Amino acid sequence: MSVFMLLALVAVFSVAGYILCRQRALKGAAATGQKLHSLPNYYGWYGFVMASVPALLVLAVWLIAQPLVIERQLSGFFPPEMIEDDAARTLLFDDVRRVAAGLDVAVAQGALTEDQAANIRTEFGSIRDRLATVGVALGAEVTPPVLQAAQDYREMSHIGALGRSILTVLLSLGGLALAIRVTKPAFRARNRVEQVVLALLILSSTIAILTTVGIVLSMLSESLRFFTMYPAADFFFNLTWSPNFRGNSELGLLPLLWGTLYISFVSMLVAVPIGLFAAIYLAEYASPRFRAIVKPLIEVIAGIPTVVFGLFALVTVGPFLRDYFAEPLGLGNSGSSVMTAGIVIGILNIPFISSLADDIINAVPQSMRDGSLGLGATKSETVRKVVLPAALPGIMGAVLMAASRAIGETMIVTMGAGAAAKLDLNPFEAMTTITVKIVSQLTGDTEFNSPETLVAFALGMSLFVITLGLNILALMIVRKYREQYE
Amino acid sequence: MSDATAASPIPTAHPRGKSSLFEQDALTRRRNAAETRFRLYGLTAIVVSLVVLAIMLFTIFRDGTSAFRQASLSFPITLDAAILDPNGNRAPEDLAKVTTIGYGNLIGQQFANFLAAEGIAVEGITDRDISGMVSRDAPGRLRDMVLANPALIGQTIDFTAYATGRIDGYLKGRVTMETAQLDSNVSVEQLQLADLLVERGILSVAFNSGFLTNPDASDQRPESSGLGVAIIGSLYMMVLVLIFTLPVGVAASIYLEEFAPKNRLTDLIEVNISNLAAVPSIVFGILGLAIFINFAGLPQSSSLVGALVISLMTLPTIIIATRAAIRAVPPSIRDAALGVGASKMQTVFHHVLPLAMPGILTGTILGLATALGETAPLLLIGMVAFVTNYPAGPLEGGVLDPATALPVQVYSWASRSDPAFIERSSGAIIVLLGFLVIMNVAAILLRRRFERRW
Repeated sequence: MSVFMLLALVAVFSVAGYILCRQRALKGAAATGQKLHSLPNYYGWYGFVMASVPALLVLAVWLIAQPLVIERQLSGFFPPEMIEDDAARTLLFDDVRRVAAGLDVAVAQGALTEDQAANIRTEFGSIRDRLATVGVALGAEVTPPVLQAAQDYREMSHIGALGRSILTVLLSLGGLALAIRVTKPAFRARNRVEQVVLALLILSSTIAILTTVGIVLSMLSESLRFFTMYPAADFFFNLTWSPNFRGNSELGLLPLLWGTLYISFVSMLVAVPIGLFAAIYLAEYASPRFRAIVKPLIEVIAGIPTVVFGLFALVTVGPFLRDYFAEPLGLGNSGSSVMTAGIVIGILNIPFISSLADDIINAVPQSMRDGSLGLGATKSETVRKVVLPAALPGIMGAVLMAASRAIGETMIVTMGAGAAAKLDLNPFEAMTTITVKIVSQLTGDTEFNSPETLVAFALGMSLFVITLGLNILALMIVRKYREQYE
Repeated sequence: MSDATAASPIPTAHPRGKSSLFEQDALTRRRNAAETRFRLYGLTAIVVSLVVLAIMLFTIFRDGTSAFRQASLSFPITLDAAILDPNGNRAPEDLAKVTTIGYGNLIGQQFANFLAAEGIAVEGITDRDISGMVSRDAPGRLRDMVLANPALIGQTIDFTAYATGRIDGYLKGRVTMETAQLDSNVSVEQLQLADLLVERGILSVAFNSGFLTNPDASDQRPESSGLGVAIIGSLYMMVLVLIFTLPVGVAASIYLEEFAPKNRLTDLIEVNISNLAAVPSIVFGILGLAIFINFAGLPQSSSLVGALVISLMTLPTIIIATRAAIRAVPPSIRDAALGVGASKMQTVFHHVLPLAMPGILTGTILGLATALGETAPLLLIGMVAFVTNYPAGPLEGGVLDPATALPVQVYSWASRSDPAFIERSSGAIIVLLGFLVIMNVAAILLRRRFERRW
């Protein structure tokens, strides 16, 4: 029975549970003259929950566990030296699965009977040719152990599927029966249902934690695998980045880190003054009308997808900087450069800084401004000498958050910064960043067992640690600042 | 100290007698000038950011609007039975043996014959140049037409084919006679012929719905590439993201706002949510690659994996917006419900949630709008692949088929060498921005319609 059918069956039982339990409660109340403890619907929902939740939980666990168990069982078929290596093992089991799937298709199309599929041997002819007749293409001829493993795989999957169906249906029916049995007018159905709902709510809110755990675990495990193939000291301190898919790569983080920080620095040079002055003007000078029009307009920038900025960098900003600055000044002739990417990321970050700074400036108590103005300071003096110092920690927090965004930005640098990893000071040279290299090492057909691919996970880990560190620092600063006024 | 003060008289910045409110002294003038400058800096910052925004949108629209219009050639074509059905039996398997190369030759020949018959000629043009003006996409389309309807063989039909990207570019002003001389893909004679054809109405530029419906096409034929697969992929993803994030996000927010006790676990969840909102999007791509593709074995490039990754990314945003909406419902509502005997759960689901719903939906739509433009994580899970087949319908497992998404299509077109793809890329952005505007307007309208002041 397919999983879809099972789900449909469980759904049917659950609906039946709802109807039966609700009716039973109502009938019970009518017969005994007792008042129901809960509203009738709660009895129905109790039946629904009992028929679905345990069955679905078991089904989910089974679906995750079955392939793992089968793979472990099948390892016995192959000599240990064949499956020692992780990569070889993955390939082998991919083969097994493909052959098994091929046999399934052959049976489904009638090219083989169920019996033949289970007993076919490589000695009696080419499996590859037979499977090719039903449209299953195999890369290479099937070896006897793989075929046998595939046949066992099929058999175990069949048994597994049968066990899964029986268990799920039994649990669903069992839950249903139990729910009907306990349904009496005095039964506290609402409390039970509410407990289940609360459990679901808690489960949902832990997804945030699970995601973080998933990020850390997935990157950590692959990074560790990378460090077994490539020395960690080389990764962190080597000054060259030259991946080579034939081996002997030099995978130093420093040139990428330099490019990342340089571009982020340029972007901050653009974003901080513009964003800050825009925020000051909007908060302190602008009339409410002007503010109501301009503030949303600036925030439009934040709503534009970064890939649009990337194209802008590639098509407009890059050639402009090259033709009017880099070439006349003799600084290079590359359209993609640190300046291109930096300026465009800066533009992207303007609304981020301006709206955060706007909030922070508005949070400075009016009494401080009034005091300063009362002493005869001009408005700009008040802003510079009173408001900004008071808002400084918050603004620092905003700047750090913007820096973390600039460091993690991907599309603009992929399209505007170039791909050459170098340690250079010329801002009109193409340089590259951590994110660009993550994209380039992981796109396309990649095998997950060479250091050239796995380095992306180590890069991702470094990026995650840097941005997380900046954010935590920013939050700490902001939180400390908040305590002063509240 | 006291000596010094005693010795020097009090400094008189404003000499008495001359001071007047109507006459500014030097210091006041300087201070006022500083004030004006400061004000000007602020105004400049605003003007600069708005001007940059305007320039960006202007260049996108300048480059992109022409993507919706396309040059095509229309001419009669005689479907010669001797070439298309050499056995003369109209059997589908025999018809299928004639490849697109055969059709290509037929189209080229017929087009050249037609021009000769009409008396349109340019000095020094070769037959190769003439047939080279028809898109390489035309033979495949003609072949599909014939295979679908073998009765056409032997007839003369009016056929409309895209002109190649360079001819299209010439009509739109992207290619000129000067650039053609340096370009191996187009000759000056072809452009002269194009001028003649435009005069005779054979070659014309018209609205091209194919840009919205066609799948992607290879480097060689930018003219027939379109956003069909990308739009379907994005649509699938957005629907799935909505299905995944809205229930989970609302449930998590309800727990955190209404039920969660103040303890370590709650703190941990809160810190996690705010940190996740700040994690670079590419990290989520790595997560998706490692967990959904390598570990769970879901198919690469599928909209399901894309939706899962983007859901994890969008969830913190939606939770933050939902919590704000729930918090905005005044406590008096809860007190009233509890007062008449509702349980805590009933209070939340019967009263608080319906009242918070407009705010939740607004936040969700805005979250989806951000998700629609997300590109980087999708690159890592393989959605940048070259996909020319439409994914199947949602009920036939289409969410597992390879697909691309709108922003990814923008990126992959931008990274191709032919300048015609820059036009396409900008056109794709216009479509993308169109969807974003619609979503944002919907959110604003929703907010206006249901906004409540307590």
